[in-house]
Amino acid sequence: MDSVDSIGTETIGRIVARLRGLPGALLPVLHAIQAELGFVPPAAVPLIAEGLNLSRADVHGVISFYHYFRDAPPGRHTIRLCRAEACQAMNQRALEAHAKERLGIDFHQTTANGTFSLEPVYCLGNCACSPAMMVDHELYGRVTRDRFDEIVVAWEDR
Amino acid sequence: MSSTTVFVPRDAAALSLGAEQVAQAIAGEATARRLDTRVVRNGTRGMCWLEPLVEVQTAAGRIAYGPVAAADVPGLFAADFLNGGGHALRVGPVEAVPYFNTQDRLTFARVGVTDPVNIDDYLAHDGYKGLTRALGMSAAAIVQQVTESGLRGRGGAAFPTGLKWQTVLDTPADQKYLACNADEGDSGTFADRMLMEGDPFVLIEGMTIAALAVGATEGYVYLRVEYPHAHRALDEAIATAYERGYLGADIMGSGARFNLHVRLGAGAYICGEETSMLESLEGKRGEVRPRPPLPAVKGLFGMPTVVNNVISLATIPIIIDKGAAFYRDYGVGKSRGTLTVQLGGNIKRGGLVEKAFGVTVRDLLYEFGGGSASGRPIRAVQIGGPLGAYLPESQFDTPLDYEAFAAIDALVGHGGVVAFDETVDMSQMARYAMEFCALESCGKCTPCRIGSTRGVEVIDRILSGTESRLHVELLAELCDTMTYGSLCGLGGLTPYPVLSALKHFPQDFVKV
Repeated sequence: MDSVDSIGTETIGRIVARLRGLPGALLPVLHAIQAELGFVPPAAVPLIAEGLNLSRADVHGVISFYHYFRDAPPGRHTIRLCRAEACQAMNQRALEAHAKERLGIDFHQTTANGTFSLEPVYCLGNCACSPAMMVDHELYGRVTRDRFDEIVVAWEDR
Repeated sequence: MSSTTVFVPRDAAALSLGAEQVAQAIAGEATARRLDTRVVRNGTRGMCWLEPLVEVQTAAGRIAYGPVAAADVPGLFAADFLNGGGHALRVGPVEAVPYFNTQDRLTFARVGVTDPVNIDDYLAHDGYKGLTRALGMSAAAIVQQVTESGLRGRGGAAFPTGLKWQTVLDTPADQKYLACNADEGDSGTFADRMLMEGDPFVLIEGMTIAALAVGATEGYVYLRVEYPHAHRALDEAIATAYERGYLGADIMGSGARFNLHVRLGAGAYICGEETSMLESLEGKRGEVRPRPPLPAVKGLFGMPTVVNNVISLATIPIIIDKGAAFYRDYGVGKSRGTLTVQLGGNIKRGGLVEKAFGVTVRDLLYEFGGGSASGRPIRAVQIGGPLGAYLPESQFDTPLDYEAFAAIDALVGHGGVVAFDETVDMSQMARYAMEFCALESCGKCTPCRIGSTRGVEVIDRILSGTESRLHVELLAELCDTMTYGSLCGLGGLTPYPVLSALKHFPQDFVKV
């Protein structure tokens, strides 16, 4: 298990202290931690559990239930490629194969240089402009293979 | 000379096609030409094939141009588009486009028209008329209006909204809650997103009326994390509503209290199921609760809770403002009012079509959609999300109507219509439906958790050609178990896409 450095510990402690009064605070806490650190470190589990008066099993169970929460650092940017039906109707399977080949990674992996993580997503709500993908919080529609390459190049320097 | 207003959508679909760059190019070009323009970031008109759709407020009304790329902007200025000048991209007034002017825009009346986060613009376009009326009515009278309107839950379950509200109203409790389900996880659907990005105040107003009607003082919008643009729009609108006294301790000076919070989901499809959503709001794993008790009796934190979809709640203001009869006059049979249909997938003119119930699938696909994007014949459509049935061409004349769909073993659901052309392999779509169920199952009940994985395996055996007939029978039996043995709609409805694919496209399951 990795350790949380002192900055991480400080961040987690601050977030838990700020949000612990909310009804059903665990998801807001996890979101806030992931927004700041990029992931929820396993070593954060006991800190969150103590702060919210939950068991470690409760906290771990929630983190592992939701696809969005990750327990390892992501690349500098996260590409979420939609795999749902509307995108499949517009050649998504070919785009997916191309994306994996272009990046040299599979889903849930990060490129060797740490620039991109690739995640599947099941609908981005852009079904009239399929296929769709998201880089960090920016949405793209009608993503052809060429357009995918252009987007990747544009984000490599960001 | 007064400034010219130019509208460039902030809707995520428009942004996904470059609207931000277009807005910047227009502002930059206007500055360079020393022209006085004001760029308003509106919602989308819902005609996604024309996005980014730019509109200019001219003396002759709003004139639209689309689809506009940033590179087109200098040419548009050269063509004097600020005065509605001629250009290859000129669409003309949106209200003259048949796709738009044949719709029945009730819930979406303001979407694309106004500045979504400007409350004065909202008020100038009939905003808060419903709440103003509601504040002069008894709780029971509000519920009665909703019941008489015939509104049924637009999230997909189609349960009568008024009946649900009545249950919460009639259940005494110290604290009641209102939870808006904005976890629009169904693939092929984006009406909630467009509404929240394009007119967030109408959702806030609808929720406030609902809260008054049932006696709830705390409300939550459970929003999926995949919708950052909607999140921003909601946050901005909610902050303004508090500032202006439309939320908080003294709503519009009435003494009524209602607090509204946005909570983010975390990428779990199952959290669109209402009891699982409540678990998630409580900070737990999104596992389905057995019913009874109904959430209306024992919901969030064990208290009576109204759970409604975004579109249902956003339709409340117009029902209260114009009366139950006005809304009920749209639609057919037991499907009253309008459905916000979303056309997606392999379709030429995808987008949002709000239409009274009764329109046929064929009209949606061809009159509105213009056929497939690829130009090949449309072979199948999936309606109602990943749990909806696949319809073959022979069923395209079915009217959109909850009962007519039930009669052909299909779902209207949340109104998503996804078109596939003849290149689709329906056996792969059936397999995908089982795979998706396995991936998203919360694990609480066995038929869904195990059945979905067995389903993938059985379909693979059918496709391998060994004892295919036997395995088709086995698949039917498995689907039967999932339908009747699952706790919620995920396991219970996955057989719809699987069996409809098998029934209508059996040739795809025979591999040569």
